[in-house]
Amino acid sequence: MGLEQALGDSFLTTKLEDAINWCRKNSLFPMPMGISCCAIEMMAFAGPRFDAARFGSEVFRFSPRQSDVMIVAGTTTFKMAKVVRKIYDQMPDPKWVIAMGACTSSGGMYRTYSVVQGIDLFLPVDVYVAGCPPRPDNLINALLTLQRKVQKGESKGSSTAIIGDFTTHRHPVPSAG
Amino acid sequence: MNHVVVEKLKTRFADAAFEFSEFRAELTVVVPKEIITEVCQYLKEAPELTYDSLSDLCGIDMNTPAKRFGVIYNLYSLATKHRIRLKTFCEEEDPTVPTVTGVWGTANWHEREAYDMFGMDFQGHPDLRRMYMPEEFEHFPLRKDFPLMGIPGSLPLPKK
Amino acid sequence: MEQHVEEVTRRTKILQALEDQNTSVSFDDPLENQMVLNMGPQHPATHGVLRVLLRLDGETVVASIPELGYLHRGYEKLAENCTYHEFIPHTDRLDYLSPMNNNVAYVLAVEKLLGIEAPPRAQYVRVMVKELARISSHLMFLGSLAMDVGALTVWMWAFREREKQYDLFERIAGARFTTSYTRIGGVAQDVTPETLELVKKFVYDLPGHIKECEKLLNKNRIFVDRTDGIGVITKEQAIDLCYTGPGLRACGVGHDLRRANPYLVYKDLDFDIPVYEGGDALARYYVRMDEIKESVKILKQVLAKMPQGDVHAFKPKKVLPRKERVYTKMEELIHDFMLVNFGVEPPVGEVYQAVEAPKGELGFYIHSHGEGYPWRLKIRSPSFVNLQTLPVMLQGCMISDVVAIIGSLDPVMGEADK
Repeated sequence: MGLEQALGDSFLTTKLEDAINWCRKNSLFPMPMGISCCAIEMMAFAGPRFDAARFGSEVFRFSPRQSDVMIVAGTTTFKMAKVVRKIYDQMPDPKWVIAMGACTSSGGMYRTYSVVQGIDLFLPVDVYVAGCPPRPDNLINALLTLQRKVQKGESKGSSTAIIGDFTTHRHPVPSAG
Repeated sequence: MNHVVVEKLKTRFADAAFEFSEFRAELTVVVPKEIITEVCQYLKEAPELTYDSLSDLCGIDMNTPAKRFGVIYNLYSLATKHRIRLKTFCEEEDPTVPTVTGVWGTANWHEREAYDMFGMDFQGHPDLRRMYMPEEFEHFPLRKDFPLMGIPGSLPLPKK
Repeated sequence: MEQHVEEVTRRTKILQALEDQNTSVSFDDPLENQMVLNMGPQHPATHGVLRVLLRLDGETVVASIPELGYLHRGYEKLAENCTYHEFIPHTDRLDYLSPMNNNVAYVLAVEKLLGIEAPPRAQYVRVMVKELARISSHLMFLGSLAMDVGALTVWMWAFREREKQYDLFERIAGARFTTSYTRIGGVAQDVTPETLELVKKFVYDLPGHIKECEKLLNKNRIFVDRTDGIGVITKEQAIDLCYTGPGLRACGVGHDLRRANPYLVYKDLDFDIPVYEGGDALARYYVRMDEIKESVKILKQVLAKMPQGDVHAFKPKKVLPRKERVYTKMEELIHDFMLVNFGVEPPVGEVYQAVEAPKGELGFYIHSHGEGYPWRLKIRSPSFVNLQTLPVMLQGCMISDVVAIIGSLDPVMGEADK
C-alpha cells in the first residue's frame, strides 16, 4: 500500500501491484470465527479430504494479528457481535470477510430476538456462501472466488459475490439506506 | 410405583393441598409454593423414594391472570429408575418461588435460566444473575407478551 | 534476609515506575495478589463460544465462572411458534456433532405425547442412526481432545473416519450433516440394501482404525501425564450436580438410560456399559473409547436383526401420509393439508422423554394445550448441565490443564446455549 503511494501511478506500480496481489491471493491465512454448526464444516474444509492447505490457506491462524481473511461460520447473536467486531478491528489491512452459511448471510432459519439478521449489518462482507451448512466444496469455491477478487485488487466490501448452487453471482453493493 | 409416592406424600404432608394427575404413565403433583423446598427434601431423602437427581427445572408462562407463572421440576431416582414431576405456581404480582439449590446443587443454573427467561425471583438463590441474555437486557424473552422478533433497540449492535 | 529486603524494595520501585505522575492510581504487587484472566468466547480450544473467567494465584486456578449465552438462538420461543413437524430441522442444530440423535430424541417425545409408536423397521433404523451418530460424536471428542493436548495426527485420522460416516449419512438421509431424518411416526425414507452393506463395511473396518489411534495415545507419556488425575470430580458431587453421560460413568456410577429406562429396541440388544473409577480426564477418555466399541457391537446386532416392513406408521390424522397416496387419494390429500397447516393436534397434557445422547441425558419436556404448536417446549441439554461441573473440576489445576479439562468434558455450545 505504502509503495504505491510513494511511486504514484505508472507501469511499474501496476505490475508490482499484480505481483503483490498474486502473492496475497496464494497465501490467504484464514481466521476461523467458528461459532456453531458451520464451524464443523469449516473443520472438514481444513481436514484431510477437502484440504484447504493446497490453495494456500496453510494454517488456520487463531490470532487476528496474523491472518488475512476472517471466515465467520455460525449464527451471530447480538451478544457475540461485539466480540466479532472487536476481532475484525484487530486484523491488519488488507483484510477480507467470508460470511459462511445462511445464518451469517441473513439470519438463517432463526428469526428470533437474539440473532443478528446478517453480519453485513456490522461488518463489510466480501463473499457470501449459501447453505445450511454449506458443503466444504462450496467453501472452496468461495475461497477461489475471493482469490480472484484479491487478484483484481477490488477493495473490501465492493462488488460482493454470492455463492449459491456452485455458481457465483456478482452484485454491486447497494448504497446503505 | 406411582401410588406408593402418592400415599407417602399424603401421609407426610397431611394438610397440604396437593393435586395429583397421571398422563402417559407419568405422575404429576401440583405443590403449593410455600412448602416446595420441604417436599423436595423429603422426596430426596425418603428411603423408598430417593429422588436424588433433578433432571430438569423449567419455568412456564400459563398466561392466566391468577397463577401466571409456574416452575416445573422433573425428578429422577437413580436407584428405582422412576420419574416424577412437581409443579408449583405463582401470581403475576408476586413472581417469587423458594429456591431448591439447597436440595440439589444442579438447580443453580436452571433457576438462573428461569429467572432470565421469565423474571421469576428465587428466594434464597446464592447467585441470581442472567444466564443467556446480556446483563443489561431489560425484558424477559419467554413471556407470552414478548414478541418473537424482539423489541428493536433492546440489544446494541456495533457500528459498521 | 537482606537480599529479601532488597528484592522487596526493587519490586516496589518497579511498581512506582508503572504509576503515572498525573493520576493517583496505585497498583498492587501482581506476584502477591490474585489475577482475573478471561478465556474469551473466541478461543481455539474452548469448543465453541464458551467464556470462562479464571481467578488465578500465579498459575493455579483458584475459582472459575463459565459464562454462556453467546450462541443463544431462542429455540424455546421458536418452538412455541412452529408446528411439531416444523421443529424437526431445528433439533439438528442442537448438538451439531450428532444431529441424527437429536432428531430421534425429539420425535420420541412427540410420539409419547401422541400415544403412537413407530413400526419395527423404523425403530431398528432409528437405533442404527443413533449409534452411528454416537460414534461420530465420540470420534470428534477423540480428535479435539488429542488436538488440545497436542497430538494433531489423531485429529486428522478421526476426521478421515468422520468423512466416511458423512458419506453414509448422505446415502441414508440426503445431507452430510444436518439431516432432519426422522418424522413423527417413523423415518423420512427407507434404507436401501446397498446402504446397509456399506454400513456393515464401515462397522467392520472401524475397530482397526480406532486401534491405530489408541496405539498412539494410550501409552503415550505426554497424553497420560496431561490427563491422569486432572479434572477430578467425585461421585457425590457428580450426582448432586446431575452430571450425566460418559462423565458420570467415569466416576463409578453405572447409569445409562438405554439400560435403565429402555426405549426403541434397546432391551432386545446385548451390550455392556463401560464404567471406570477415578473421575478424571483419562477415565472419561477410556469410557468414550469403550463406548465406540460397544456401539460397533450394537450396530452389528442391528444389521443382523433388521426386519422388513414399512418405515411409516399408518395413523391418518397424526402421521404425514406418503407422497404417492397424497397425489392419488382424497383423504390423504386432506390430511396432508391439515397436518402441514395446522399441525398434529395432540391431547392436552405434558410429557418428558429422555434419551442417552453421546453427551449425556437429552430430554424434551413438552406441555401441550391441544393445539398444533406446543405451549412450552423445554430442551434439557446435557452440555448445559455438564458445564456446571466445570468450576468443581477446575479447582486447583494449572492454566494449561484448563484446556485438557474442557476437552474431556466435551461440551457443545449449540445445545448448551439453545
